Amino acid sequence: MADVMKFDLVSPERRLASIEATAVRLPGSEGEMTVMAAHQPTVTTLRPGIVRAEGPEGVAEFVVISGFAEIAPDSVSVLAERAYPRAELGREELQKILREAEEKQAVAETEERDLADRMVADIAHLLEMME
Amino acid sequence: MPSLKDLKNRIESVKSTRKITKAMQMVAAAKLRRAQEAAEASRPYAERMDSVLGRLARSVGGAQNGPRLLAGTGSDQTHLLVVMTAERGLCGGFNSSIVRLARARIEELEAHGKRVKILTVGRKGREQMKREFADKFVGHVDLQGVRRIGYENADAIARDILARFDAGEFDVATIFFNRFQSVISQIPTMKQIVPFAADDVEGAAEAAAATHYEYEPSAEEILADILPRGVATQIFSALLENAASEQGARMSAMDNATRNAGEMIDKLTILYNRSRQAAITKELIEIISGAEAL
Repeated sequence: MADVMKFDLVSPERRLASIEATAVRLPGSEGEMTVMAAHQPTVTTLRPGIVRAEGPEGVAEFVVISGFAEIAPDSVSVLAERAYPRAELGREELQKILREAEEKQAVAETEERDLADRMVADIAHLLEMME
Repeated sequence: MPSLKDLKNRIESVKSTRKITKAMQMVAAAKLRRAQEAAEASRPYAERMDSVLGRLARSVGGAQNGPRLLAGTGSDQTHLLVVMTAERGLCGGFNSSIVRLARARIEELEAHGKRVKILTVGRKGREQMKREFADKFVGHVDLQGVRRIGYENADAIARDILARFDAGEFDVATIFFNRFQSVISQIPTMKQIVPFAADDVEGAAEAAAATHYEYEPSAEEILADILPRGVATQIFSALLENAASEQGARMSAMDNATRNAGEMIDKLTILYNRSRQAAITKELIEIISGAEAL
């Protein structure tokens, strides 16, 4: 089957997923994107959000906080510093992550300010989506 | 000649030492398995990180045009050596072998007139190097309270190092750690982490076959975002390798200690039996000669 590709999600501490997927939705830093097989090879950074992989065995959803994705015609690899299966991540933990981001925002220098602001906004948005 | 009571006490004390070393060996074996699993689990991330970084580095057109983390400061006058050792001893030559490698490197660098700064991770390395190189210490990372090394430990160390780099405190950073090969063999290794050094041999072949990648946002921006993570990843794998090596080294050291204790007990037991027999013989002679004298 040509329309199936390999989807990997790895964090520094473990491999969260290594499955077949037909479409993967990524929260790219330039906007949401859905990747299907035979996609142009791309590397993109990610913003906090939900990675959703649709495959023959169903749908898998993960929450990622920063990272990047490497897309090849037959594979999608997401490298995330922090990633959780959506079901495992509780509201409290996400709020803790939000607080961390806010702390960073408070001490951020001017040039990092934008980044920190966006980080906080994204995580807050994510928190709403998880409701 | 020690008395029977003394011998008995010694045998008892060696026996309890053997119990302790045996227990430590078993604990180390269990921890080693966990450490190896952790090292195994971290590998896919580190490998991908390496390959993406290598490709990015080439796509921005060689080291000269890249950000400072890739291109370096243009000098190699000041070196930061990050010496990673264990928090605890009783693990054979584990700590000393890292310190020995670092010491050789320091001497080599100084012979070339470079400046050396030292950052230690782990208490043992600090203790061993304190006397000789106290004036070169710039910092120490304590992992004593850490039961399981997580990515955030590595991230904190990386941030510390990168902050120093941004402040212009050094030009080149190298980490020292033990690469885990097997329970009986750990290889002291040094690896340059700043500026980022892509594996050229593998890279060149890959570049020839490489497909053209699109970058979103630009390659430069992604690179600036990912490079610090690359440093953290390298430190993380070094920490994990080190943790596995430490347990491996401790396991074989404790195995030796247990065996030595066993041999010592055997020797002492023979000595004890002989002494006891000698004492019995002596008493018999006394009784018999007493009876004969009557």
